[in-house]
Amino acid sequence: MDILRFITAGSVDDGKSTLIGRLLFDSKSILQDQLEALEKQSKNKNADGIDLALLTDGLRAEREQGITIDVAYRYFSTPKRKFIIADAPGHVQYTRNMITGASNSNLIVILIDARLGVIEQTRRHSIIASLLRIKHVVVAINKMDLADYSEQRFNEIKADYEKVAEQLKLQNVTYVPLSALNGDNIVDKSEKMNWYHGLPLLQFLEEVEVFEDINHTDPRFQVQYVIRPQTKELHDYRGYAGEIISGIYKKGDKIKVLPADIESTITKIEIAGEEVEEAFAPQPVVLQIADDIDISRGDTFVHVDNLPKVEHELDVLLCWMDNKPLQQGNKYFIQHKSRLVKAIVREIEYRVDVNSLERTEVTDNVKLNEVVRAKLKTAAPLVFDSFEKLDGTGSAILIDETSNSTVAAVLLS
Amino acid sequence: MVQTLDYLEQLEAESIYIMREVAAQFEKPALLFSGGKDSITLVQLAKKAFAPGKIPFPLVHIDTGHNFPEALAYRDNLAKELGAELIVRKVEDTIRERKLTEPKGKFASRNWLQTHTLLDTIDEFKFDACIGGARRDEEKARAKERIFSVRDEFGQWEPKLQRPELWNIYNGRIHKGENVRVFPISNWTELDVWNYIKKENISLPSIYFSHEREVIEHDGQLIAVSNFITIDESDVIVKKKVRYRTVGDMTCTAAVASEASTLDDVVNEIIATRISERGETRIDDKVTEAAMEDRKKGGYF
Repeated sequence: MDILRFITAGSVDDGKSTLIGRLLFDSKSILQDQLEALEKQSKNKNADGIDLALLTDGLRAEREQGITIDVAYRYFSTPKRKFIIADAPGHVQYTRNMITGASNSNLIVILIDARLGVIEQTRRHSIIASLLRIKHVVVAINKMDLADYSEQRFNEIKADYEKVAEQLKLQNVTYVPLSALNGDNIVDKSEKMNWYHGLPLLQFLEEVEVFEDINHTDPRFQVQYVIRPQTKELHDYRGYAGEIISGIYKKGDKIKVLPADIESTITKIEIAGEEVEEAFAPQPVVLQIADDIDISRGDTFVHVDNLPKVEHELDVLLCWMDNKPLQQGNKYFIQHKSRLVKAIVREIEYRVDVNSLERTEVTDNVKLNEVVRAKLKTAAPLVFDSFEKLDGTGSAILIDETSNSTVAAVLLS
Repeated sequence: MVQTLDYLEQLEAESIYIMREVAAQFEKPALLFSGGKDSITLVQLAKKAFAPGKIPFPLVHIDTGHNFPEALAYRDNLAKELGAELIVRKVEDTIRERKLTEPKGKFASRNWLQTHTLLDTIDEFKFDACIGGARRDEEKARAKERIFSVRDEFGQWEPKLQRPELWNIYNGRIHKGENVRVFPISNWTELDVWNYIKKENISLPSIYFSHEREVIEHDGQLIAVSNFITIDESDVIVKKKVRYRTVGDMTCTAAVASEASTLDDVVNEIIATRISERGETRIDDKVTEAAMEDRKKGGYF
């Protein structure tokens, strides 16, 4: 049993809440008291019976305004898998939330209303999926009940989306015709769509392979915390605690400590106090090395024959997430996993339209939810890979040093 | 052959990563410990995160005075075993010093008043981060809370001003007076916690297992007979085999009828159950639909 993290992209109108409600309901994750609360709420709202969409309803502030403010996380499991859903609102003013939810997802479910087909929103969600390199895409063509369960309609939409997928170089795209409201092709194959030969949605989510998405070839480890017990028994103990971001580390490996650029050897690998011979991503380990080198939080250990980039001039894609606009020349902190350094936004090259991928000139400030290509300069070098190669070391955030807010997602190239 | 982690190992890895971020990013973190299974799980994760060193922060217990004696005994024992610093602050003292009004009623709960003691304790020790065992599956206000949840000096949560939390990069930068509540097991469900306790063979306070107890039945819930609740003529005291599914105050935690005396039995019962943890055992959540949202905004955990 493993975990699948996925994001659902769509709006209330596409039946996103109904779909999530359906998955929770049909996987028996909704318990009796929650159902009772639901019935009570449905009554409060004068709706008929149980409204599945209410299951994913959030805060009172949202209920009052009938909107979704933020990403919510939902959980359900089947005997095969534990699922974590990032339930993010789909309208353009919530691009920030979608990027946040997408950053931790193995898979995206893009909802399409069978009556409307591929629309601007579909394109936007797909662009975000491609920017964040989500490795699996499920195109859920919903409301098939309102399109006479028509195979022809399904094929039209599929053909339209294939063009989008090709343009964005999306991989592993799967198409499922369904009706979240009636439960068609959710858990069981729908008898109303015998022409469909693929898996129902839940079964597909249970079976899609995600373990190969972890990079096992490029060893990357960053120090989070230095363990120095300084007790009588462990007087000289000095262990470097952190997560193996990618690849495999073995006792005896020749490593390079970056950015200091000093070589050493791994002498001991521990997991939760137990010594092991080797460890792999994403295990949390404590490493000890042969030489007495000045090492602190944020330093990176790599294999001597597999080096990342070490630079302080960075080409990046910035997804702006703050109400305060981005101004060229402003200084921020860049947090790259556990490493925090100052950075200046030297140049904003162009804006990327999230609805079309078109590049436009930036003549004014960069506003909330806009994506731009920019050049940063950092006060100390960053040790990284391109996001395209390795998302674990290719991602970072910008922090406003005066408000302390997280103001941008950074994709390094 | 490429190795992979199973789902509990993945959850554990994520939680250990968060624990280490807290220790590294903050000057004065603390782990809020209640004696319940979620905070016991946190302690186990912290032990693993910092081995062979000790847990680099104190355990803090906000004692309402309405605790199960079994949970208190467990707490003291655990702190001794770990060699960890244990800080206990009592709600009763806050009530006296700040002249707060004790809530009245049949199951008068000091749950709300805890917030006062917690905020005073944070202030007293200048804690800049408090680790808690809240899970997102518990309740819908929790479902939207970040793993690093920034609170102002009143401890208030402002859902509209939450920081985006991208990948596993946690921004713990705060202004003076603010603090961060950190929830390392946000992505765990109740069953995950129980499965982990089973896998790691973690000992729990005895009240989590079936035992005989005097209870009254109220609104379909079984409430332990204690000095902290008001028992009147209409109540019938009965002896029942019960266990607790969550351990909070004796005033606001209900027991469930159960014969489950081992971890395996308990896990099987949880799998078979059709009622959520909060719904079954928390007397204080039934009041309003938005009860938790209100309390969190008011500085509650």
